[in-house]
Amino acid sequence: MNQMTEIKPLTRKDFESDQDVRWCPGCGDYALLAQVQKLLPTLGIPREHFAFISGIGCSSRFPYYMETYGMHSIHGRAPAIASGLKLARPELSVWVVSGDGDSLAIGGNHFIHAMRRNIGLKIILLNNRIYGLTKGQYSPTSEFGKKTKTTPLGSIDRPFSPVSVALGAGATFVARTVDSDHPHLLDTLRRAAEHPGTAFVEVLQNCIVFNDGAYNALADKETRDDARLLLRDGQPMRFGKDGTKGIRMRGFEPEVVTVGEGGVTEADLAVHDESAANGGLAFFLSQFAAPLPVPLGVFRAVEAPVYEQLSTGLADDARAKRGQGTLEKLFNSGDTWTID
Amino acid sequence: MNTQTMAVDEPRVVGGIQKTRPIEEIKSVVIRFVGDSGDGMQLTGNEFSKSVARAGHDFATHPDYPSEIRAPTGTLFGVSGYQIQFSSGEVFTSGDAPDVLVAMNPAALKTNLPDVKHGGMIIANAGAFNKANLQKAGYQSNPLDDGTLTDFRLYTIDISELTAQALKDTGISKKEIGRCKNYYALGLMLCLYSRPLESEEGNIRAKFAKKPEIAEANVIALRAGYAYAESTEMFVSTYQVRAADIKPGRYRSLTGNHAAALGFAAASELAQVPLFLGSYPITPATDILQELSALKHFNITTFQAEDEIAGICSAIGAAYGGVLGLTTTSGPGMALKTEALGLAVMLELPLVITNVQRGGPSTGLPTKVEQSDLLQAVYGRNGECPIPVIAARSPADCFDCAIEAFRIAVKYMTPVIFLSDGGIGNAAEPWRIPDPARLSPLAVKFRTDPEGFQPYARDENLARAWVRPGTPGMEHRVGGLEKNFLTGNISHDPINHERMVDVRAAKVAGIAKDIPPLMVEGPGSGDLLIVGWGSTYGSIVQAREKAALAGKSVAHVHLRHLNPLPHDLGDIMSRYKTVLVPELNLGQLSKLLRERYLRDVIVMSKMQGKMFKVSEIHDRILELC
Repeated sequence: MNQMTEIKPLTRKDFESDQDVRWCPGCGDYALLAQVQKLLPTLGIPREHFAFISGIGCSSRFPYYMETYGMHSIHGRAPAIASGLKLARPELSVWVVSGDGDSLAIGGNHFIHAMRRNIGLKIILLNNRIYGLTKGQYSPTSEFGKKTKTTPLGSIDRPFSPVSVALGAGATFVARTVDSDHPHLLDTLRRAAEHPGTAFVEVLQNCIVFNDGAYNALADKETRDDARLLLRDGQPMRFGKDGTKGIRMRGFEPEVVTVGEGGVTEADLAVHDESAANGGLAFFLSQFAAPLPVPLGVFRAVEAPVYEQLSTGLADDARAKRGQGTLEKLFNSGDTWTID
Repeated sequence: MNTQTMAVDEPRVVGGIQKTRPIEEIKSVVIRFVGDSGDGMQLTGNEFSKSVARAGHDFATHPDYPSEIRAPTGTLFGVSGYQIQFSSGEVFTSGDAPDVLVAMNPAALKTNLPDVKHGGMIIANAGAFNKANLQKAGYQSNPLDDGTLTDFRLYTIDISELTAQALKDTGISKKEIGRCKNYYALGLMLCLYSRPLESEEGNIRAKFAKKPEIAEANVIALRAGYAYAESTEMFVSTYQVRAADIKPGRYRSLTGNHAAALGFAAASELAQVPLFLGSYPITPATDILQELSALKHFNITTFQAEDEIAGICSAIGAAYGGVLGLTTTSGPGMALKTEALGLAVMLELPLVITNVQRGGPSTGLPTKVEQSDLLQAVYGRNGECPIPVIAARSPADCFDCAIEAFRIAVKYMTPVIFLSDGGIGNAAEPWRIPDPARLSPLAVKFRTDPEGFQPYARDENLARAWVRPGTPGMEHRVGGLEKNFLTGNISHDPINHERMVDVRAAKVAGIAKDIPPLMVEGPGSGDLLIVGWGSTYGSIVQAREKAALAGKSVAHVHLRHLNPLPHDLGDIMSRYKTVLVPELNLGQLSKLLRERYLRDVIVMSKMQGKMFKVSEIHDRILELC
């Protein structure tokens, strides 16, 4: 490299690999890819410091399309592989791209433990509520009663809320966004990137082939304002076309109210607090189901010790106390004896 | 007991009376301590082994404990044992049959009596032979006085009561007193084998430094046991084993798992590359995780993963990150890791997977030895998925194998399976401490030059380059899908796939060129060749030597490399009329040898969760030549 060359700021182009992107036309994966490629050059991290790790599924082809380091691994195991990488090389920016089956079915164990430990991984879960790569079976997020190739009479599995699972496992950053709202997607990814511990982002995503229209209400400009609740830290929970609808808590029961009707004022509305010490409100939000709107945005963002830093800290402490280990000392420790 | 003895009269004063008692010199002795799993038998055995180590004996141990954490007291299935053989000569096994059995209760006696050498010594804790315990052990009458033990030299001592008496003024609780009786038993044995008390007392005080009153009680119990043996002259004679004729040097006692941990730490230092262990606790491999977890002041990171799969996957992630990736496990854990092993083969990253084998299938015999994961190691994955396999022959050999495993892994950019087993993982033997400066460095090179870089281009060993993420200009993607021969991009091209299958196989087969010529013990050709692998080494060596002394034409070759097999093995086998393969499985190496060399071999199988006795192999040799 010519030393005199000025270091050019990275652009989106720098993150596009030479591989043909092969997702179905109209797949929400494209939106994520575009927004990630747009975000990364703005983070001030050298390109070679990014690593994208994925499992198996449509979304897990993601690393091939990124001109970074990356690994397309095995089903459900991406968080475990990424954890090893991040622990071995804390200076890298390690991202996991996964799907609802990958993260919550076969990889459920690794998923919850990554959340629990608070390893500095950025975990993106593309949730289309269906198995795409295996051509249309129900997933752990498919709705009860869903008819698919393996549930011709309707699913009798109760669905997971990925956000609830993440919160339940103690995640320190949990957010949800939707593939069709590009600015919101980009904003949410940026927040995740800036979070020091495990950052979990659920991306509600359309599967045009096997579950088309799953999130139409959220995507459609006509309906979306009434169907979604955009979470804003410190702000009352308002939504709806003219912003008059809101969420009021009646004890432990949330309800939809209209500001200005029946004596309801803005002061009656629940206020979002993403850094509440107690994550109870975030959990309420994660359980919202019709007729309540779908909350989008950051559910929870709290600071907690970061696993890889704790791990390096233990090593530093051990060295401070015992000195850097040497084989000479190690071999000769314990009970030794000499034969002449 | 090997009684090439020499009587020595040693004048002593006991109770004001000048007495003489012979001290017999013996060559080797096998002692087994048995009791309830809460009786501290592992500790007693361990302490005794330290004592013989300090005396300069060669020794080998065999801890044998139940898989229940603490079975109900007095039951047959709750018996825990620790056997040690020590000698003035070389020791290869913990011994076939105990010369001395120290039995702390009836259940321990009942389960271990069949093993004791005819005419051997039994020291029984008479106090524990009460009605309830006898019943639990299924004895109709008390074996200590009903003639059951007439073929043995029986010593009945109420160890429980004598310990209680010795400690009655210490002020510690009855329960705590009960826990001191193992040191009383140790005291008896130290007297019987003319071992000094002082160093053991030091050990106790160090061990219980935080509980000085318990330390004191144990010291009193130890002395009381010693004094009892001495003053009552309960033993007709005491014994002395001469220091062994061992290579000069500094030694320490190591179990196989401990030795493996030291080997892995050494590999990291020798490679100047940090080590990452991702593991999940499983018997009998857990010790390696524990040992390495205590070495955080080295460049070692340990990660107790959420499961076996995460254990290996985290190690793969670390290996991708450019550190030495390691995972440790045992049989059923190995089964869980197999999918990830396939990924590691596709990624062509260096990785070491240690399997401390135990009885299987499934949960099997978690605390017992078996060698039945060999075929799994060599073949047990989907697809054509070759992985080099090596196995350790003894506790101390685990050190060398740990280094060897990483040497192969980094040179060939491949996962390597290192097989140990419960027979050597927990067993201890003296380890001659090497000079770190004389260990050969592990050559690791990371590629940093982007010029002409192709992720799957290969060197003369067919190994691809190792690139650390963070290296500018070399960003690339790897994955489990078949890759293009050079670029590593996904390729479903049929010819490319076949070429990749071939080259991965050729890479592993090519490791044979690094395997040094095999050492054949015994005649270079003749009637019988024993081909062994792993922890059966000690029993085979001793059996062969015994047969050779009797003029039998029998040789022994022991394999460290199981995949690929050493290039000279076929030729060696062809020089003997018969080939015998003793294994703690149904003949897994035998299968490999037959397949590879198209020659029949005789299977010698044992599937009892126990090591081969020397006599078992010796008998088989005599049948065959």
